Amino acid sequence: MSAFLQYLVTGVARGFLFALLATGFVVIHRVTKVVNFAQGAFAVLGGFIAYSLLRAGIPHGVSEVIAVLAAAAIGLLFGAVTILGNMSPIASLITTIGLAILSEAVAMIAWGTTPLTFSGIGGADIHVAGVYLPKQYLLLIGVSMVVLIVLWLVLDRTYIGKGMTACASNPYAAKLSGINVKRIGLLAFAIGGALGGLGGVLIMPLFPLTYDGDVSLAILGFAAAIVGGLPRPRARWWACLRDRRADGGGLLVAS
Amino acid sequence: MAFLAPGDRAGPGSVDGHTGLGLDGLGSTEPVVTKALGGGQTVLSVEDLVVRYGTAVALESVSLNVERGEMVALIGANGAGKTTLLNALSGMLVPSAGRISCSGKLAHVPEGRELFAELSVDDNLRLGAWKATSRDTSPIYALFPKLDKLAKRRAGGLSGGEQQMVAIGRALMARPDLLAIDELSQGLAPNIVQELSRHLIRLNLETGLSVLLVEQNARLALGLCRRAYVLDTGHVVREGLSSQLLDDASVQQAYLGGPLVS
Ligand SMILES: Nc1ncnc2c1ncn2[C@@H]1O[C@H](COP(=O)(O)OP(=O)(O)OP(=O)(O)O)[C@@H](O)[C@H]1O
Ligand SMILES: [Mg+2]
Repeated sequence: MSAFLQYLVTGVARGFLFALLATGFVVIHRVTKVVNFAQGAFAVLGGFIAYSLLRAGIPHGVSEVIAVLAAAAIGLLFGAVTILGNMSPIASLITTIGLAILSEAVAMIAWGTTPLTFSGIGGADIHVAGVYLPKQYLLLIGVSMVVLIVLWLVLDRTYIGKGMTACASNPYAAKLSGINVKRIGLLAFAIGGALGGLGGVLIMPLFPLTYDGDVSLAILGFAAAIVGGLPRPRARWWACLRDRRADGGGLLVAS
Repeated sequence: MAFLAPGDRAGPGSVDGHTGLGLDGLGSTEPVVTKALGGGQTVLSVEDLVVRYGTAVALESVSLNVERGEMVALIGANGAGKTTLLNALSGMLVPSAGRISCSGKLAHVPEGRELFAELSVDDNLRLGAWKATSRDTSPIYALFPKLDKLAKRRAGGLSGGEQQMVAIGRALMARPDLLAIDELSQGLAPNIVQELSRHLIRLNLETGLSVLLVEQNARLALGLCRRAYVLDTGHVVREGLSSQLLDDASVQQAYLGGPLVS
């Protein structure tokens, strides 16, 4: 029973990690039609930046927020490289692979090749009825859930969110209506970067990441996005939660 | 965009300032008949416009103009370049040469409606006001009472006629001075076309909205509009009052299916 509870919590936590990555992936894909292979790089770079800020003595919370914002800025930059020219879909896909490789190189030079980790915000672990629960798991679940719900509300209810849907639905008509489709695409990339960075920041205290960890992260997020169906965000989130079982609990062994 | 006159669709502030047009008159019972008819103020002027797709020339030195408050038809066979012209007017493609000057705001109702299919009717309308100052949809529902009942429905699930109303409504949300409509009657039953035509005429009379109407159904277009241009493989081959074009033997032959039996 206690083992079951423990698996449940860790499994759900992983599910939310995939959900963050997959949601970033899907927001970018829906709005810009770009298949973004650099999604995992946002997580690695975000996590590493948080690591360095914490090492520099900047307190928890502040470090993580700055890292997520930095990941959003990296997303924006990658978006600018990918969509501001008029590339064909295949060219933009290859561009994102190139950007992923470039960020691996940058991460390796700046942070080296050993796996990095930092202690999470949670502090002491919780033991409930013989179950060992790092608080970081609960933090990951709570923060991801809130962020995903807020994001969904923004996309579904606000005017700018409808504008993003409009760009995804019919870019020609969106442009005719005066929407700056490229700018909205950049916004999507920034959101994708922030979600990836958040995933990295939340997972690093639980699983040390290496500079090339982006590949496995990207593939798992990608898989969750495909299982959930790229065009249907709500179904996707369920898929992420189901998905945790599919990987047999062996997430991130690759790195 | 250098070829566009200042104060065109680019600026959000340009909408309300200068014309006093817009949809304000629609909700009230007393029609606001404007001064605009035949006032001689040009809202759109196109000079020697050339548009190419790669090496293929789609428009070759096209010139036309629309006066404020005027309804002008643009007719021509498939592939004549009508859609290309409207896309150039709305900035969707960049001309190779020529000049477009638009002294007001232009809104373009595209061929095939091009709605945001998975969004609601109301959202579609509101998105039309992306650059406008007001997102109030009530004037559109006053104009198309049918849409009021459909406000929450997915736009993609509507009938062709309803979709065309949404497309026109969405364009009107930008509060244009000139409405360019591509294929008003495409795929619609005659009574729906009549209904839409009545709405257009009412808009034109009550708000002074100028209309550039692209239409396959030349008889309909010439009946609705005072003046018309005939486009053929990228050239304007005829222009004049609709009444004259209706009597023109070559126009009858090419676009009206032979002379009218009266
Ligand atoms: N995207 C494009 N690329 C290349 N050629 C194009 C493109 N769009 C249109 N053309 C060509 O330009 C010419 C004008 O096309 P356009 O769509 O403007 O005609 P139209 O008058 O609107 O026709 P229809 O009545 O069938 O809608 C045609 O010869 C067409 O094949
Ligand atoms: Mg056409």
